[in-house]
Amino acid sequence: MNRLIEFLVGLLFGIGLLISGMTDPGKVLGFLDLAGAWDPSLAFVMGGAILVGLVAFTVAKQRTRTFLGTALHLPTSRDIDRRLVLGSLTFGIGWGLAGFCPGPGLVALGAGEPKAAVFVAAMVGGMLLFELVERRAKKAATPTAGA
Amino acid sequence: MTLDWIHFTPWTALAGGVLLGLASAAFILLNGRVLGISGILGGLLVPRRGDIGWRASFLIGLLLAPAVLALVAPGLIRAPRIDAGTVTLVAAGLLVGIGTRYGSGCTSGHGVCGLSRLSPRSLAATLAFMAAGFATVYIIRHLI
Repeated sequence: MNRLIEFLVGLLFGIGLLISGMTDPGKVLGFLDLAGAWDPSLAFVMGGAILVGLVAFTVAKQRTRTFLGTALHLPTSRDIDRRLVLGSLTFGIGWGLAGFCPGPGLVALGAGEPKAAVFVAAMVGGMLLFELVERRAKKAATPTAGA
Repeated sequence: MTLDWIHFTPWTALAGGVLLGLASAAFILLNGRVLGISGILGGLLVPRRGDIGWRASFLIGLLLAPAVLALVAPGLIRAPRIDAGTVTLVAAGLLVGIGTRYGSGCTSGHGVCGLSRLSPRSLAATLAFMAAGFATVYIIRHLI
């Protein structure tokens, strides 16, 4: 049951990305190019998504369980630290370079786009590199420092 | 500032955005998780028992979206414009992979869900990656 819902939500999210234009790097870069001929479409994508999201998360914040009775996990971290800002800046540079962020990259890969396959392979490589570095840093830290 | 009226598509953008919002709503209210693509994929790369199925199911749905949309509404599919060459794509992928994991989220987790939760942390992240995106495109298209 849950596996089916997760599959359908992934499908819906992917279709949303396709219809919105997010899977077209040319369109994404047209939005990020403020100094050129600016295409404001992606602001409408964010607007439409957040409009619905605001309602959903207002409901979610008042609950500890989902409508199916399972645990509801909302993020608890509130720190605006170096990791968050440096990581996001790094992501933004990569996004601006090719016009792909993670979701649209995966959907374009699903469409059989060879260039998206190159992007996704590198992205997975980057994520694995991150895990490797994190694991080493954790090992180097003293055991009493906690997980 | 000049507007690109030829490529501006407010209605499909808004409609697509609403679908993204609905998917995020279903994910938090039915599955109890924040819909963040980089986190869902990243967690699958260091698999833990009991934590694989939901990630895989979601990602399979995401990958099959183009095929399903091609079946039900082929008119809504547009051919993507990908100007980036292989070297740029590899560099972009590496930066996106490292950056989203280090910053704990991307356009979906921080941008859509985080802003919908009114999270100051996600607002900071979104401002940072948007600013970096704007700056990168400016440098590539207008300075180099």
